[in-house]
Amino acid sequence: MAAMRCMLGVRGLLQHAFYRNSASFAVRNVHAGPDKTPRQDRQMSSQTLDLEEDKPQFPGSRSEFTKKLEFITPDVYNGIPVYRVLDRQGKIIEADQDPKLSKEAVYDMYHKMTLLNTMDRILYESQRQGRISFYMTNYGEEATHMGSAAALNPGDVVFGQYREAGVLMYRGFTLDQFMNQCYGNNEDVGRGRQMPVHYGSKELNFVTISSPLGTQMPQASGAAYALKRSGKRLCVICYFGDGAASEGDAHAAFNFAATLECPIIFFCRNNGYAISTPTSEQYRGDGIAARGPSYGMATLRVDGNDAFAVYNAVKAARELAVNENRPVLIEAMTYRIGHHSTSDDSTAYRSVDEVNYWDKQDHPIGRLRHYMVSQGWWDMEKEKAWMKQARNEVMQAFQRAEKKKKPPPSELFCDTYKEMPPHLQQQREQMRKHVAQYPDNYPLDNFEKDRD
Amino acid sequence: MAVCGALVRSGRLSRPICGRTLSLIGSRPASVKRMASALSYVPETAPSDFGETTKMNLFQSINSAMDVALATDPTAVIFGEDVAFGGVFRCTVGLADKYGKDRVFNTPLCEQGIAGFGIGMAVMGATAIAEIQFADYIYPAFDQIVNEAAKYRYRSGNLFDCGRLTMRAPCGAVGHGALYHSQSPEAFFAHVPGIKVVIPRGPIQAKGLLLACIKDDNPCIFLEPKILYRAAVEHVPVGDFTLPLTSAEVVVEGKDVTMVAWGTQVQVLREVCNMAQEKLGVSCELIDLRTIMPWDSETVIKSVNKTGRLLVAHEAPLTGGFAAEIASTVQGECFLHLEAPVERVCGYDTPFPHIFEPFYMPDKWRCFEAVKKLINY
Repeated sequence: MAAMRCMLGVRGLLQHAFYRNSASFAVRNVHAGPDKTPRQDRQMSSQTLDLEEDKPQFPGSRSEFTKKLEFITPDVYNGIPVYRVLDRQGKIIEADQDPKLSKEAVYDMYHKMTLLNTMDRILYESQRQGRISFYMTNYGEEATHMGSAAALNPGDVVFGQYREAGVLMYRGFTLDQFMNQCYGNNEDVGRGRQMPVHYGSKELNFVTISSPLGTQMPQASGAAYALKRSGKRLCVICYFGDGAASEGDAHAAFNFAATLECPIIFFCRNNGYAISTPTSEQYRGDGIAARGPSYGMATLRVDGNDAFAVYNAVKAARELAVNENRPVLIEAMTYRIGHHSTSDDSTAYRSVDEVNYWDKQDHPIGRLRHYMVSQGWWDMEKEKAWMKQARNEVMQAFQRAEKKKKPPPSELFCDTYKEMPPHLQQQREQMRKHVAQYPDNYPLDNFEKDRD
Repeated sequence: MAVCGALVRSGRLSRPICGRTLSLIGSRPASVKRMASALSYVPETAPSDFGETTKMNLFQSINSAMDVALATDPTAVIFGEDVAFGGVFRCTVGLADKYGKDRVFNTPLCEQGIAGFGIGMAVMGATAIAEIQFADYIYPAFDQIVNEAAKYRYRSGNLFDCGRLTMRAPCGAVGHGALYHSQSPEAFFAHVPGIKVVIPRGPIQAKGLLLACIKDDNPCIFLEPKILYRAAVEHVPVGDFTLPLTSAEVVVEGKDVTMVAWGTQVQVLREVCNMAQEKLGVSCELIDLRTIMPWDSETVIKSVNKTGRLLVAHEAPLTGGFAAEIASTVQGECFLHLEAPVERVCGYDTPFPHIFEPFYMPDKWRCFEAVKKLINY
């Protein structure tokens, strides 16, 4: 197991206490390829207390003394730059940054971005009509999903927040599977137990979404540690929003991933809002990216509306993570064009003009379309035909899902534990008897009958 | 174990804990009256089919259980605060040297991270044995345990689970642990469908139940009565064996009163059994619940239907304590057999105090008084 590294070397805890990561926190451009030196910073060579030289010997840091009293102040004006490949007109800015994706690969990304967009529109409307109980759109963040998913190995494990449906779509989750989950019908693999958009897929290595924010982050670090031990040369990608990054679990995840040397990509979707809370009320530092170096993580900020920039970033991050067993932080700057959810009206806290700018002037789908047109791969006719086809596919899946019955009611007791303990068996019997006694008071027609 | 005493979470308690525990249990100067906390451990005998045994105290039997787990399961890892050098209670001594530092390792000081990290490992199918240094510090991980670990399998329709996760934490009174080194938080977790909560009463039980937790396909919280780490010594099977979860054990058979407890309190009630017999001629049946959730109601109900009287005792506060769940269930199932109201002898509804610990504890005298009440009702 060459990939398994002793975390503390062979010297044990007391020496470990003297050694910390070097303070060389220069932000590297991960696209430039794996850095050859960082392991040396991070490894603990033998320590000798050098009492001759007037240098600090504190175990908690490595630096010099200074005679000046100077606070380090946050530099919010010259923040970490935003890495970009395509300009807003879909032109490659620097030829050497062109990922040179094949026509088919770009088609695939574009098709899935627009298909996701189409599904969002129809499911959003269906919630407005009361046909599903809840929905969250992905408007404006489609490139972060497809760009990152395309750069991963299908075996890499995904931990998401809830606005990453495109990653699943890219990996092959079908429209029927999306719809079955939102309807909680008998073909939903989640058995109708969670709210809509809480997708999951074992085959596609996409861990089931849950509502509590940030909880998936330290879990993702743990999963990455297990992957490292398995020697499979795979990594974990963990998506989260700028708001979730304020949770204590985010801090835990970053710090554990760094100290335990986990092959993980933390992918932050900074879309400017956490429901109604703008980033100005979320943090005062230079966004999320500026936190990366303080945990000892390689970090990059990327234009989240540029599918190619996201692709390049994740591809390079993956190499760092898998080859060097180190966590990487990517902050994708974007804008949440839709409402937070169907339970939110975002005009209560932001202007329509602001939304319109991002929807019309700087949209990830539009930018990739410009690129495809400039390559001669796409035109209005193809666009019209595809949009029509996409709409039909979504509508058909939608209607199929709506017609299906829900799972049998007694399934509410299954999977609480792997086995069903006696008290749950009793409660299941009580429910069955009760419902049999009052059948007219329960929506039995919408549910499959119990099997036994 | 010269290293032991000095090792308590920095900044939280400056005094040694386990060293003092030892002196508490052993002979004390007569001038120091700690009668309420004093207890004598009665060694038990393991069934002969569990094989060869050796003398171990509770921390050694827990170490032995984890040794077996690491030896038999290459995916198994142990992690938490200060576990690499052996743990502040010596439970992981020698394991890092034996199995490597990628399998027994320190984490940053962050309980929500420890729980989340363990869940993530278990989701990937690895066996994760996480340690929370004191049960009192498990609350930062409450969200990860309640909203995540407990609900992982259910919410994913069994696509994903973290059944390979076990979280160990020292719990219970220790003589001088005050508010944050004494707590018994089991009732908080008893209200959470999806996790198992297990507490052993001695070294043989600890090893068998911990191995059962580690092998169980559900996330388990294993609470270790820290006052017994050194005080409880008996011959423990050296090999691999398990004791069943969700299975209470009748430790002492009797016919007049049923007494239910878990952890250290079983040892207290064992003395009460003798006192009741000697002083009152009352025959008590003592049940160790062992698993708090899902609990073995059948064994308790069967016993109460025989004796007609029930005493439940626990160190945790009375209100919302797990005794309430037992009393309520027994009231429902044994109504026609009950000869007296169910008695609950518990900690008071206060934080766990420092100097007042002898008066706070549900000690043998309070429990003995409750037996008298049950008989004379």
